[in-house]
Amino acid sequence: MTSLAARAANQQLGDQIIAADRSRSRRWRVQFLIAWAIIVAALVAFVLITINLDTDFIAKWLPFILTGVPITIFVSFASIALAVVLAILGALGRLSPNPYLNALASFYVSFFRGTPLLLQIFFIYFALPQMGIVLPEVPTGIIALGLNYGAYMTEVFRSGIQAVPHGQTEAALSLGMTARTTFRRIIVPQAFRIVTPAIGNDFIAMLKDSSLVSVISVHELLYQAQVAGRPNHKSMQTLLIAAIVYWILTIVFSFFQARLERRQAVGDRARVVG
Amino acid sequence: MTVSAGPTAATHVVHPAEVPGHLVPAGATPIVRATAIEKYFARNQVLRGCSMTVFPRETVTILGRSGSGKSTFLRCLNFLEEPSAGTVEIDEVAVHAMPMGGRSKEHRDQIRHLRLHASMVFQEFNLFPHLSVIGNLIEAPVHVKHVPKAEAIELAEVYLEKVGLIDKRNEYPARLSGGQRQRVAIARALTMEPKILLFDEPTSALDPSLVGEVLKVMESLAHEGRTMIVVTHEMQFAREAADRVYYMHDGAFAEIGPPERVIDDPQDERTREFLARFLGSSGKPPRGAAAAAVVESVPNA
Repeated sequence: MTSLAARAANQQLGDQIIAADRSRSRRWRVQFLIAWAIIVAALVAFVLITINLDTDFIAKWLPFILTGVPITIFVSFASIALAVVLAILGALGRLSPNPYLNALASFYVSFFRGTPLLLQIFFIYFALPQMGIVLPEVPTGIIALGLNYGAYMTEVFRSGIQAVPHGQTEAALSLGMTARTTFRRIIVPQAFRIVTPAIGNDFIAMLKDSSLVSVISVHELLYQAQVAGRPNHKSMQTLLIAAIVYWILTIVFSFFQARLERRQAVGDRARVVG
Repeated sequence: MTVSAGPTAATHVVHPAEVPGHLVPAGATPIVRATAIEKYFARNQVLRGCSMTVFPRETVTILGRSGSGKSTFLRCLNFLEEPSAGTVEIDEVAVHAMPMGGRSKEHRDQIRHLRLHASMVFQEFNLFPHLSVIGNLIEAPVHVKHVPKAEAIELAEVYLEKVGLIDKRNEYPARLSGGQRQRVAIARALTMEPKILLFDEPTSALDPSLVGEVLKVMESLAHEGRTMIVVTHEMQFAREAADRVYYMHDGAFAEIGPPERVIDDPQDERTREFLARFLGSSGKPPRGAAAAAVVESVPNA
């Protein structure tokens, strides 16, 4: 027996609960931001107290260090693109019924995951010339990063493909699709969605691992910071700048990654909307 | 009465009980002929020579306990499960079991022919979650039959209308209830305009309150003369919509006949025992028996 008055009272209680929930979550966010601000302020204060920051030096060399940013971004994008292509081929190989392709892919993964990235960079840059293969610095860096990350991502792609429920394949086949069409139209789009977070993760890791190619004097961010800092004995300043720039880059790309994942989640909206 | 042919039987023999005299004029050509289907999972034999004949416009239901092999048999009809022996013929293309491998191009084409003429509706719906409802419906027509997209959409809308979900056209499967998903899956099967529809326990994964809407769609399809083979536990549906019932026991068909015979007056001891569990010992159905029959949730072999 819900009289009009009772229903109005219910509504009022509901509104109050919603309002309380909102103010709780607002308070939480404020506290969270304050904590962040305290940590950052403490760090900045520590740096300012312990060393003379020398703003003139920073102003003079900052533009020079920043010229490394486009190279870092270019190397990372080119490498992730190469890695994705290699990972798709690798995953197809690992899932192939053909024993030769499977062996090739499994060797690739085993070898490039089993040796250090730095060694691979050195190998391509310093050892291959003995065989008459001489590559410039930037392509060397891209190939080494691409091969290495491609090996890791092969396993990610393989598990992504295998994570698509078998019923999807059965439904596609029972509609008369060939194995190829099923793979291309049904499996890959779903697998891609499953592995997007992992690709984003790997990209962010690569953004930072691209600093390893500074050892073969690719003029990327870390290399420029070293060039500016070491002769002037100001490595604290230049490395801090490089660290902050890397950090900002990862924050920016994490933001784009989160947006991409939200866009892809259209099919799962039921979970969000409830 | 067991109709299973011997394991080596190659010719298809239509058993007298299989001819639905009241439906099909004498001499009509069957659209489905499954002959002596056997299936082994490792050393375990789950189908022991099952044969089935289905004529155009017939609705056939397969009843039987969980694990009796009825779903496996249905899945053998479109080679989602590769039979270990036997022949499936749909619409005059016969495909023989080739369990020892040797999947030639020709064999694969034949299997695709079966699948193009026999669309399947699954227990777990298996809608494509990355596509909208309309996307699910046009995917196969566009990418398998190469129907122009606009035409495929038009056709898809006709079938969505038929299952009563035209207003969910742009929704994604995750936003639909189980009953709605299964109705979309039925519409998806229909858009391929198959000669026969295969239903693999289409209501077993549903909340009991949603079973009715799916059965209603299936009944209307049966009444408009679609050829259907339905594996189900829904006695009410079998009794009212089926032209013939196959009762499967332990990998073989134990009894075949019109529902009023097999369900209401079973001759075989095993059929009687099975029905007694569903319908109560009298053999006469208590009211709401169909709803009670939904309970089975064990995924069958």
